Amino acid sequence: MKVLVPVKRVVDYNVKIRVKADGSGVETANVKMSMNPFDEIAVEQAVRLKEAGAAEEVVAVSIGPQQAQETIRTALAMGADRGIHIKHDGEVEPLAVAKLLKAVVEKEGPELVLTGKQAIDDDCNQTGQMLAALLGWAQGTFASKLEIADGGAKVTREVDGGLETIQLKLPAIVSVDLRLNEPRYASLPNIMKAKKKPIDAHEPADFGVDPTPRLKTVKVSEPPPRQGGIKVESVDELVEKLKTEAKVI
Amino acid sequence: MSADAILSERDIAFVLHELLDAEGLTRYARFAEHGRETFDGALATAQRIATEQFAPHNRKADLNEPRLVDGRVEIIPEVKPALESFAEAGFFAAHADFERGGMQLPWTVAQACYAWFQAANIGTFAYGFLTVAASNLLNAFATETQKARYMQPMLEGRFFGTMALSEPQAGSSLGDIRTVAEPDGEGGYRLKGGKMWISGGDHPLSENIVHLMLARLRDAPPGVKGLSLFIVPKYRLDAAGGPGPENGVALAGLNHKMGYRGTTNTVLDIGGDGPCHGELLGEPGQGLAYMFHMMNEARTIVGMSSAMLAYAGYRHALGYARERRQGRPVGAKDPAAPPARLIEHADVRRMLLMQKAIAEGGLALSLYAARLVDVKDADPDAEARREAHLVLEILTPIVKAYLSDRALEANDAAIQCLGGYGYTRDFPVEQYWRDNRLNPIHEGTNGIQAIDLAGRKVAMEEGGALHALAARIDATARAASAWESLAPWGRALGDALARLEGTAARLVEIGRGEGAPVQLANANAFMEMAGHLTLAWMHLKAALVAADALKVGAEGAEADFYRGKLHACRYVFTVDLPKTERLAALCESADRTALDMAEDWF
Repeated sequence: MKVLVPVKRVVDYNVKIRVKADGSGVETANVKMSMNPFDEIAVEQAVRLKEAGAAEEVVAVSIGPQQAQETIRTALAMGADRGIHIKHDGEVEPLAVAKLLKAVVEKEGPELVLTGKQAIDDDCNQTGQMLAALLGWAQGTFASKLEIADGGAKVTREVDGGLETIQLKLPAIVSVDLRLNEPRYASLPNIMKAKKKPIDAHEPADFGVDPTPRLKTVKVSEPPPRQGGIKVESVDELVEKLKTEAKVI
Repeated sequence: MSADAILSERDIAFVLHELLDAEGLTRYARFAEHGRETFDGALATAQRIATEQFAPHNRKADLNEPRLVDGRVEIIPEVKPALESFAEAGFFAAHADFERGGMQLPWTVAQACYAWFQAANIGTFAYGFLTVAASNLLNAFATETQKARYMQPMLEGRFFGTMALSEPQAGSSLGDIRTVAEPDGEGGYRLKGGKMWISGGDHPLSENIVHLMLARLRDAPPGVKGLSLFIVPKYRLDAAGGPGPENGVALAGLNHKMGYRGTTNTVLDIGGDGPCHGELLGEPGQGLAYMFHMMNEARTIVGMSSAMLAYAGYRHALGYARERRQGRPVGAKDPAAPPARLIEHADVRRMLLMQKAIAEGGLALSLYAARLVDVKDADPDAEARREAHLVLEILTPIVKAYLSDRALEANDAAIQCLGGYGYTRDFPVEQYWRDNRLNPIHEGTNGIQAIDLAGRKVAMEEGGALHALAARIDATARAASAWESLAPWGRALGDALARLEGTAARLVEIGRGEGAPVQLANANAFMEMAGHLTLAWMHLKAALVAADALKVGAEGAEADFYRGKLHACRYVFTVDLPKTERLAALCESADRTALDMAEDWF
């Protein structure tokens, strides 16, 4: 089985996000970038499938600027076998990404696509679902457990009410949640090995996809600063405040 | 925890790539398979493990020092998995050959990786550092069989190492070592004696502990010439190379320290509880010479560790001073106005700037020394290797002693920035100071470093080491003359260099005339002088890069970064470098104040 893992280069989760002065977006110049943490979990799961003998090859794909190759290298250092880079400067929206991934899937023929459930920069949580729709494949989103057996995938999903377990037919899209695994660190020997693994370079036009954004960003602004808290004297006062001020009960 | 809270990723990249051209090392055959991306990959992994696995238990390890329970050491449970992550990622073998499973990383880049662990948790990292240093020594002098048996498991992080030199009566004076070794009739040796101050001497963190132990053969001459070096494992190896039966290295006690409390420090009884077997390393009588291979390396790492503790303290004090509101600016008239943030007070900015100059200059100087190791070991040109070796020889005591003294000053200022809170255990700066207080003491006290510099290093190869260093400093001073803004610093650096060379010559003269005790009575002042010069040199090198970057149009946060470099340089040239005049006068006058003080007058 071949597993495809899309990985996105995003502002590092430790960076304090700053909005650009003109309100057109967030500051990314000279800001530390790294792999979307949910995608790291997807890579880890794919590598574990390979180590367990359930998968033969793990391919990491990224759509983004030249530096997205660094993100692919990270995936290769974690254990992916090779990379595909579709070079595109500027914003890409989930639908364009899904269309490009569909083209990659048709070319590569994986039986499983493991994606992060969302990217931490735009929090869209759409790409995996759109890709499933475009391909007409089964999908299991927000996976906290994944077992591959008997030509299918058993996916435990984190849903509002608790956990839901579903059985998918392969090929399928599985989007992964935080509790699925703890990603490994890229070890030094694997960083050296990753250097020799191939990355195929493409442009969106190679796949006949126009990634121009269809949405217009009107304005980006910081959320209002949090107000300081207060200490209440009694439970009665707390209940009173929850009723009259917070209006939540 | 945000990594920026303890160290600056931007600054490490600056030092490695803009100041030291780390990528230039890939010219050497040994590093040919490397490039920016492998360096960045290694650093990224180091940063993550340090911040995710090491930093979180730094305080806990300090508050819960290792305990001796029923003859065994108990350590908080977070330490072992942190070191396992360190091992799995390959950091025990970062610098080792590919054939041995290493990454063959330049020493410069390996040290930059270690900087993260030092800033995050020096007590836990010490086990790693001791092991890396011990395995480097085995790599240099052990037989292939010994390498396979002891070094390979150390590279894999399964065995840890120690340097077992000191004894209760022989700390700085190793010639007084009494532990003896006798042939055991099986081709090995049987050791008997006792060791003191052995860091990592016992713990439950690895399968085995490999002590590199100095001992005296029965018929050996007295003093340091009679010392040989032995490989002494805690557990004798079984046929498969795994840990077998106990080897007579008994834990007699733990020392209770003010800092570095996560690292066990042990009193060991050798061969008292049962026979203790050891293997001779290299030739008999060469023990101290071999040990110095490890010791010199350890000394530059001590300098680096000091600077990283200064760095961690600086970053914390900076974050605090940016948020904490207290007092009003000098000259403010309105008592009802909201208090100013600490950083708005000039005296707080002075203390932060001092810390920045020491921490960033210390990082640059330590990695500069590390790069000399790479050139010395890997450059194909014999003259380049020789020159790098000489510069490293003279820089080593300066990196160790000057940085560990100044880094402590920096930690002191970090506590001062936080005021009363800095004095409490609710904030990390007091621990950084306590941890750092070891660094002027171990791996040769700073007094010994000063004597080494003023007595031996300035005179070695007929002043060749000093000349080699001076040529490099002079080149920086000359480069600065091309910039209108930097030329005054270039001149000041050139003047201070001439002063140091003059003082060094005068010290040699004093040694010939009044004798070595007078020559070395003010070695400490000479060390300080050499240190101020070296730190100023590093800052001027950084300023040259910064001026260039600003000229070609760095903007925003990048421009601020470079302006900060220029300003740290200004601080050092304004505050520290002028002190060399007074220090030179003291040294050159053959001052006898300390010598003439009679014991009975105290």
